[in-house]
Amino acid sequence: MIPAKFDYEVAESVDHALELLRTRDDAKLIAGGHSLLPLMKLRLASPATLIDVGRLKGLRGVRDGGDHLAIGALTRHNDLNRDPLANQHCPLLAYAAGLVGDPQVRHRGTIGGSLAHGDPASDLPTACLALDATIVAQGPNGERSIPASAFFNGFFDTALGDDEIITEIRVAKNGAAGWSYLKFRQRALDWATVGVAAVVEGSNGTVGTARIALTNMGQTPLRASATEAALSGAPRDAVKQAADKADEGTDPPADTWASSDFRRHLVKVLTKRAVEEALSR
Amino acid sequence: MATTERPAPSIGQRKLRKEDPELLTGSSRYVDDITVPGMLWAVMVRSPFAHATIGGIDTSAAESAEGVFAVHTAATLELGALVMAWPINDECKAPPHNPLTSDKARYVGDPVAVVVADTKEHAIDAAEMVVVDWQPLPAVTDIKKALEPGAPIIHDDLGTNDAGSWIMSRDSPAPVRNPSGPYFDDPELVKIKEEYYLARLIPNAMEPRGVVVDVNASMGEYTVFSSTQIPHILRTTLAITCGVPEAKLRVVAPDVGGGFGSKLEAYPEDAICLGLAKLHGRPIKWTEERSEGYVATLHGREMYQQIELAATKDGVLKAVRVKLWASMGAHMRIITPGIPMLGAWLYQGCYDVEGYDFEYTNVFTNNTFTDAYRGAGRPEATYAIERAMDALARTLDMDPVALRRKNFIATERFPNYTIASGLTIDSANYHGTLDKCLEMLDYEGFRADQVANRASGDTKVIGVGFSTWLEMCGIAPSRVLAALKYIAGGWDAATVEFMPTGTVRVLTGVSPHGQGEVTTFAQIVADQLGVDFEDVEVLHGDTQVVPLGLDTYGSRGLSVGGVALFKAGEKVLAKARTIAAHELECSEDDLEFAGGNFTVKGTDKSANIKALGFSAWSAHNLPDGMEPGLTATALYDPPNFSWPNGAHACVVEVDTETGAVKILRFVAVDDCGVRINPNIIEGQLHGGIAQGIAEALYEEATYDEEGNLQQGTMTTYMVPGAPELPTFELGHTVTPSPTNPLGVKGVGEAGTIAAPPAVINAIVDALSHLGVTNVERPATPERVWSAIQGAKR
Amino acid sequence: MKRITVTVNGVAHEKNVEERELLVYFLRDALGLTGTNVGCDTSSCGACTIHLDGESVKSCTLLAVQADGAEVTTIEGLANGSMHPMQTAFQQHHGLQCGYCTPGMVMAAVSFLNENPSPSDDEIRHGLEGNLCRCTGYHNIVKAVAAVAAGEVS
Repeated sequence: MIPAKFDYEVAESVDHALELLRTRDDAKLIAGGHSLLPLMKLRLASPATLIDVGRLKGLRGVRDGGDHLAIGALTRHNDLNRDPLANQHCPLLAYAAGLVGDPQVRHRGTIGGSLAHGDPASDLPTACLALDATIVAQGPNGERSIPASAFFNGFFDTALGDDEIITEIRVAKNGAAGWSYLKFRQRALDWATVGVAAVVEGSNGTVGTARIALTNMGQTPLRASATEAALSGAPRDAVKQAADKADEGTDPPADTWASSDFRRHLVKVLTKRAVEEALSR
Repeated sequence: MATTERPAPSIGQRKLRKEDPELLTGSSRYVDDITVPGMLWAVMVRSPFAHATIGGIDTSAAESAEGVFAVHTAATLELGALVMAWPINDECKAPPHNPLTSDKARYVGDPVAVVVADTKEHAIDAAEMVVVDWQPLPAVTDIKKALEPGAPIIHDDLGTNDAGSWIMSRDSPAPVRNPSGPYFDDPELVKIKEEYYLARLIPNAMEPRGVVVDVNASMGEYTVFSSTQIPHILRTTLAITCGVPEAKLRVVAPDVGGGFGSKLEAYPEDAICLGLAKLHGRPIKWTEERSEGYVATLHGREMYQQIELAATKDGVLKAVRVKLWASMGAHMRIITPGIPMLGAWLYQGCYDVEGYDFEYTNVFTNNTFTDAYRGAGRPEATYAIERAMDALARTLDMDPVALRRKNFIATERFPNYTIASGLTIDSANYHGTLDKCLEMLDYEGFRADQVANRASGDTKVIGVGFSTWLEMCGIAPSRVLAALKYIAGGWDAATVEFMPTGTVRVLTGVSPHGQGEVTTFAQIVADQLGVDFEDVEVLHGDTQVVPLGLDTYGSRGLSVGGVALFKAGEKVLAKARTIAAHELECSEDDLEFAGGNFTVKGTDKSANIKALGFSAWSAHNLPDGMEPGLTATALYDPPNFSWPNGAHACVVEVDTETGAVKILRFVAVDDCGVRINPNIIEGQLHGGIAQGIAEALYEEATYDEEGNLQQGTMTTYMVPGAPELPTFELGHTVTPSPTNPLGVKGVGEAGTIAAPPAVINAIVDALSHLGVTNVERPATPERVWSAIQGAKR
Repeated sequence: MKRITVTVNGVAHEKNVEERELLVYFLRDALGLTGTNVGCDTSSCGACTIHLDGESVKSCTLLAVQADGAEVTTIEGLANGSMHPMQTAFQQHHGLQCGYCTPGMVMAAVSFLNENPSPSDDEIRHGLEGNLCRCTGYHNIVKAVAAVAAGEVS
């Protein structure tokens, strides 16, 4: 498998990348390349120019931002998975990063690339959605911050402009909240058939607030709003009842792994388990 | 004569493989590693439609593309039809299968044109420029729908997709003991009828296929390097299809990265590349992309099964009756129509029944041709009988182990017991393997755990499933194959030759591609001839080096090729004995042979076989009339199949809320007769069981309404990885085969034949208290969950 | 065409490459290092696994130009003329049959142990989740990796 021909440019800086994006037609950014290159090999994508941002070392790594962690867009999944700050303050994200693809993919794939790709079956978009992360992008008009809740527009479609590049992901420190990410798939190397991320605060036998996001249940990662509402202030024995609403507002795909109806069933089971696991942490 | 130290016995030892160092260090040579000066690249243009007539093909744009040397269609590349070697009876319909199709495409991936260019990149780019005027037709990929009136017809001239039936009572050369009818008519007997669908599978050898054809144009000679299991058979089939005399055709199987039957084939691409080399006088290379291989390389298994059992109320199995409908795909490839027959005699399992009937119907469909995939016919048979035995046990409210035991062919019947289906089993001890399996499993302990688990109300439940299996492999003798209408024989060949320096060169006609015969055959020769294991070199896989052979498939390497080797060794020993007697001035009868030395009985006078090899080579002092050289070739046609067996038990945990299945334990006790190298036997079993688990839990190839393969790449076709498979617990018994002097039986397909019903039986057992009696395979979470929901209703 | 410099198995190579050339073909065709195999076209099978700056990656999913300035180790360079303990362990535990997945499997296993020197069997299995083998059922591969981790192979 060989991609169709293209031009290749190495971005020396974020500004250089932006300039290349502005001046080249039909250009795509490439970081780890583990979402884009497979599509190019199958000739399902044939950009005229690739702009390699993979050498922008300044965008790699996790920084303590006080009340939040600032994760460079080029931080690789494996580094995020093993990062001490991430494991301490944002364990859900670190854990989910360890479930993406396989070790080789995690050595190359980046969080920024994963978010920009906008695949509803990916793990990190769901984790960022559950964590109310903020995606920081640079564009021709400077920097802007996009809440995860406004980032995923549609199937492989995000709020990121064609002339923009993600530079950083900001995630509030976890504090006392419990968390869980359950990824249901048949093989370890598969995408999630369904995934559920839960961030839950509870006290004295009741659930406080719950943020629950779903993988591969629609065109984008989705929040399980009905379940979140039902859990707010609810007694702990109401978890199952609340989880049974997890498929409300979803539009799960049907494919060779599962029918749409089975995904609706799975998401309820996984949501119950994820909330219970989060409450136990 | 000086005696040398006697080498340590080699057979039975866990010898490390001679093959490994080069494979481990990247010094291996697979087809894709081969480059020939002046070589051009071929890329196939394939049909994107499952069924479409070809209005015309415009190759002009591709021909003028950068780097393109030529573009050919069936009209400009003259080739004969591909060889089909198993016309099972007069009913068998096998329209000619041409390497490039010219009238219509019959499956997605059907090759219609080939682009030849200076680089693979240029060939791929140009292949996209070939314009075919496709006129799509309705397609049918389902076996049953293909037989309905009004179904799209794959081969127009036939007017039907029914490719013919094979009926045992009519077509088998071995008489059935009793027809099954009277047993099924007997009101005193309990009858059950089970129906199973076996999904279509993609073999997935890790090395994609490839072929390089090198040309000696002035001599009209061609060397075909092919990723094949069958260099000898391929030489013959290519000679027929491409019109090249066999003497001018050398086929080399270099390092081959797995086969599992998928490289037991006469493929269009090999013929096309040889045809191109012949036409243009240039070396040609083609390598398969994985996703290309998913439509271009043979598939396995797909069939509907109907099995009926008749038994007494107390569980004595009396009769078995089976009907199959098997998918051929769009074409009959080399042995496609005979694959279901390879299981024909085994639907009675290792149970001593009286009545037996079997028949199958072959059906053309608009998908990739099926053919031999690991086990070929025998996993299908084992699945049906072992699932049906559990169903009978449920019906009779008997323990599935007790039911099996009650019906095993008694150990006293052996050796050479003719079963109801008409063939003769060489040897077995079915109780012995089961006893050991139950002991390793702690069956009673498991049942106690299961009771406790169910009582606890846990949503995760556990179950155990069994498969007490047998099979027939090392397919032979040739006269039986003739009666079954298979064109070729079942023999194999070997040559053993002492080199002047005292090393031994072995040529084997089998063509290992992972099975390790370079090691195991050296072990056999080392012990037989009393030489060091390190001094034996085994050569294979090149028709110029090893002209005689019938290659590797059907677990025949050791039980046919290994025995041929032993026979050649016997000839070498006999000649060496004659030379030794001559040199030691004694009668041959006065000589004892041990550890490589011929010793005159009661004396210290002896001759070492290596020295005798040198004497035979120098020919200075040989008996009058003796030909020089200590070498012999033997061709061996086995008098019977070999009949390995075993007992497998699988323990699963089923998550009743999600349908997810986890294998907790897999215990397998197998009997493949005498064990040459336990490492290699265990490796074959591990891999075979893994493939069996894969077909039970993960793998299937399905098609949409238009006939498109829905698992088009390795991301969607579910080859399991390390996390999905358990640690295997293996045990063994040894019941030597009386058929051959080594006492060996095949083991290459055992795990794949045995494992699937054990897995599914375990899932059904885990869910039996919920009323579940069947889960379709592969038992995906959704299927398992749906079975639970279905049982609740 | 782009000019790149890549250090492969300790030797620096400066070459012109087409932009679309995948790293695996650069290694195999331009440098003749055919020990690294190609088993699929979707980054699934791991047969093409090499080390890029010390970490396992699938060389079929990298452009050669992306490796400009990097250090690459292939199966040929894992040990100098002899066998790395992982290679020895694969032979001792019969962790290979046809050998096609083996170079990638060995490279993945070495990288895995670099990150997790004392793994459980379950962790080993997950550490190799990006590499498919059709022959061995993984049983003996897991044993081989465990043996190296336990220091039983030198």
